Amino acid sequence: MSALLQSLFPHIDDWSEIGHACIDTLLMLGGSLLLTVLLGLPLGVLLYLTGKGQLRAMPKLYAVLSLLVNILRSIPFIILMIVLMPLTYVLVGTKLGIRGAIPPLVIGAAPFFARLVETALREVQRGVIEASQAMGATTWQIVRHVLLPEARGGLIAGTTVTAIALVGYTAMGGAIGAGGLGDLAYRYGYLSYKSDYMVVTVVLLIVLVQLLQMAGDRIVARYTRH
Amino acid sequence: MIRFQDVHKSYRVDGRDVPALQPFNLDIADGEVFGIIGHSGAGKSTLIRLINLLERPSGGRILIGDTEMTALSEAQLRHERQRIGMIFQHFNLLASQTVADNVAFPLRLAGERDEAAIRQRVAELLARVGLTAHADKYPSQLSGGQKQRVGIARALANRPSILLCDEATSALDPQTTAAVLDLLAEINRELKLTIVLITHEMDVVRRVCDRVAVLDAGRIVETGAVADVFLHPQHATTRRFVNEALPEEAAGEQMPFAHVPGRILRLSFRGEATWTPALGRVARETGVDFNILAGRIDRIKDLPYGQLTLAMQGERVDDALASLRQAGIEIEEITPATEHHA
Repeated sequence: MSALLQSLFPHIDDWSEIGHACIDTLLMLGGSLLLTVLLGLPLGVLLYLTGKGQLRAMPKLYAVLSLLVNILRSIPFIILMIVLMPLTYVLVGTKLGIRGAIPPLVIGAAPFFARLVETALREVQRGVIEASQAMGATTWQIVRHVLLPEARGGLIAGTTVTAIALVGYTAMGGAIGAGGLGDLAYRYGYLSYKSDYMVVTVVLLIVLVQLLQMAGDRIVARYTRH
Repeated sequence: MIRFQDVHKSYRVDGRDVPALQPFNLDIADGEVFGIIGHSGAGKSTLIRLINLLERPSGGRILIGDTEMTALSEAQLRHERQRIGMIFQHFNLLASQTVADNVAFPLRLAGERDEAAIRQRVAELLARVGLTAHADKYPSQLSGGQKQRVGIARALANRPSILLCDEATSALDPQTTAAVLDLLAEINRELKLTIVLITHEMDVVRRVCDRVAVLDAGRIVETGAVADVFLHPQHATTRRFVNEALPEEAAGEQMPFAHVPGRILRLSFRGEATWTPALGRVARETGVDFNILAGRIDRIKDLPYGQLTLAMQGERVDDALASLRQAGIEIEEITPATEHHA
């Protein structure tokens, strides 16, 4: 077995390094996804509520939030990471490693996720919201008991898309010292011409994305009732 | 009593005020079934939403009992809304919740925390609308009629004194419509609650309403007891609605009766008069001949009625008419000239 691996991937002499990189990538992904959802969900709800013709329409606040989201979304992630380095240092005390990667990952992905949340909430039938208002529901009750449960399928699908985007971001983060699979591919595969590292990394990333998508689709199918 | 005082409503579109409802006054009595009929765009959706203030009037006052709805704070309004049930054309159920949870929803919104009490109330409500066996299903597993029954159970959960029906049967087939209307009539009878419904079908009004308002282009053009409005429509819009509900009658109106010999008359019978053999008796006594051109016997809510269009000839037609009027039959003479333009 190890002889076969040796002949297929001649440059890889320490597989545990790849294992560590995998774990690093998963940690970055898990941590940043959690924080992205925690930050992006309220932001998306706020975008939805303050939008034109919605429950708490506030055109000016909406314009400001929308602009902020668009700005953060239009900066390429690799540049965002560099620009945010001072802030990252203030927030987590380092610019490197998993901890150093999480603030830019979250700030890059949360606006994206917020837009997906806004879109998912807009899919909720207007009539259902009107019925809740007619029953005397407060805006908070409508968000908590109507909008979020009714948009569940869309919200889970949005989380899946965001998780996959984050996989791409973590790989980019590797290029500037975040660690993980991207870091491995960049240092060994690109800078040291050890193309077998590149192959293994890419295959692992493909598997990860596939698993995320499958898991997401399953959960959506389970929670969608139409 | 639901009272509209000088209420009007306009929408702001592109910086201009577009009137939706012209200033009007309207009283709806406690315990009655009040219908508002109009074509789409006539303003009936706006009108019914003024009652629970889903739409705010541009001017005027709306009172329910002694409560001036238009003067309430947001929190007070939410509290009042719990006393007004509402059902919708497209049901507007929560797709992610079971039937039981949909019905429990208004109870939970109102702050009920006792799950046993909620379960018991939900069971009562589902029994009333005949859906006990479907408590754990999701709305997508139900037919249209069943969904509307869930809507009705949900609307009744907080024991409202008013039930608003927004085109509640418009998405249903005729048989299901009849069953849902029967249920509404039963609820009105047994729970003594006021029902306000909007519709574009005169047949819905005929089956369940006590009184009706006809809405045309933002204006109430006719209000009255359903039997009066149905048998003697005054406004052109009302006549069109009535004719839609009476296909034979509509055909009768279009018929060129000009060449029919004799006087063309429309007789309306209501209540007991419908069952008495007045026409035959009067014909025998006065020697007039009559020929039935069009007619129908049916019910307006619980009131039997008949309407016949006849041609009558003979020397003593006027005597015959007087005698029929005495027997409680309403008579309108249709002249050939109006017949042509009807």
